[in-house]
Amino acid sequence: MNALQLLGRRALDVFAAWGHGAVFFIELLRAVPAGLARFGLVVTQIHAIGNRSLVIILASGLAVGFVLALQLYNTLTNFGAAESLGLVVNLSLVRELGPVVTALLFAGRAGTSLTAEIGLMKAGEQIAAMELMAIDPRKRVLAPRFIAGVIAMPLLAALFSAIGILGAWVVAVGLIGIDAGNFWSIQQNGVDVWRDVGNGVVKSAVFGVICTAVALYQGYETEATPEGVAYATTRTVVTASLGVLAMDFILTALMFSTP
Amino acid sequence: MNKRSTEIFVGLFVVLGALGLLFLALKAANLASFSNGGETYVVQARFDNIGGLKARAPVRSAGVNVGRVTSVVLDTQTYQGVATLEIKQSVVFPKDSSAKILTAGLLGDQYIGIEPGGDTKNLAAGDVITQTQSAVVLENLIGQFLFDKAADGGEKKEQ
Repeated sequence: MNALQLLGRRALDVFAAWGHGAVFFIELLRAVPAGLARFGLVVTQIHAIGNRSLVIILASGLAVGFVLALQLYNTLTNFGAAESLGLVVNLSLVRELGPVVTALLFAGRAGTSLTAEIGLMKAGEQIAAMELMAIDPRKRVLAPRFIAGVIAMPLLAALFSAIGILGAWVVAVGLIGIDAGNFWSIQQNGVDVWRDVGNGVVKSAVFGVICTAVALYQGYETEATPEGVAYATTRTVVTASLGVLAMDFILTALMFSTP
Repeated sequence: MNKRSTEIFVGLFVVLGALGLLFLALKAANLASFSNGGETYVVQARFDNIGGLKARAPVRSAGVNVGRVTSVVLDTQTYQGVATLEIKQSVVFPKDSSAKILTAGLLGDQYIGIEPGGDTKNLAAGDVITQTQSAVVLENLIGQFLFDKAADGGEKKEQ
């Protein structure tokens, strides 16, 4: 009987946590128009989470492009298909690696700072003070950060893919000696703007929503202690990464299951 | 950091992101080719067997890309495959031109090749190309080869 009660309690806890998160997300969405009305705050946040993530995104994208080109070349030469190196790198970056790796980096680079910032605001009772002054912290603090995250993420993912393809071009054309004309024309034949690039952008926007909403939720619901903030920051990375990977599977199945 | 420089940096970031997207669309994908830009006209071609031809396959004449297949459907009246072709406005073909389904390389993708005829009138939007050559189906080819071989063998034994 005790075991059954334990199971029931666990299940109720899980449902309560899901419901809590869902209610938070809906309230966040309802605060978005108020956040858009004060766009200056959004611009400041884009600078904080977009511009400052730029260096790590560009460096990772370049490295991924280099390595993909070098590794794929070995296998593709076996089939005499070294010329399609650019196409393979392009499709894997634009469809999968660009949005996913950018989202994982974004959760680590920008998500953690959002959680820590809001968690410390809560620990310092700044959020309670705002509520006391009849300022809705969701509209003033959370909404601008959420909008900034959703705007910044697709731009970062596009830059990741673009710099990755340029990196692959450097390796393929400069180092390996693949013909530059073939490198580009095979890509242009095989990559569709709406199906591949467009779906990649949709993916990265969804991941932006997941990463930012999770980071804000963890920060807003943190226990107002140093340990609580540390714990919430860790959970941001874990939850956002798992959420992105799970959502990526669902989106890929929806977008690319038909040939 | 003051507000002005923050806004400038954010502006730079957004422009950079837009340039990245533009690069992906124009240089690394097919937006620049005529599929979405440039005037086109639509004609149809009927084939007895469409083979492995898919929508978005290229339409070529003398090996040069002149258009794209937009859809492949079955006509339930005649049981023929109907391919809808989108051809560049600047390229016109005589009305009696013929269409073939060809394969790029030995195992490559299939495409439609158009061979111009000698008519003085040109194909216009909505016309149907009826002189067509179907795709070569490898199984039929092999089957025919085996059948011929068997027939040869039988004749030799009789002699």
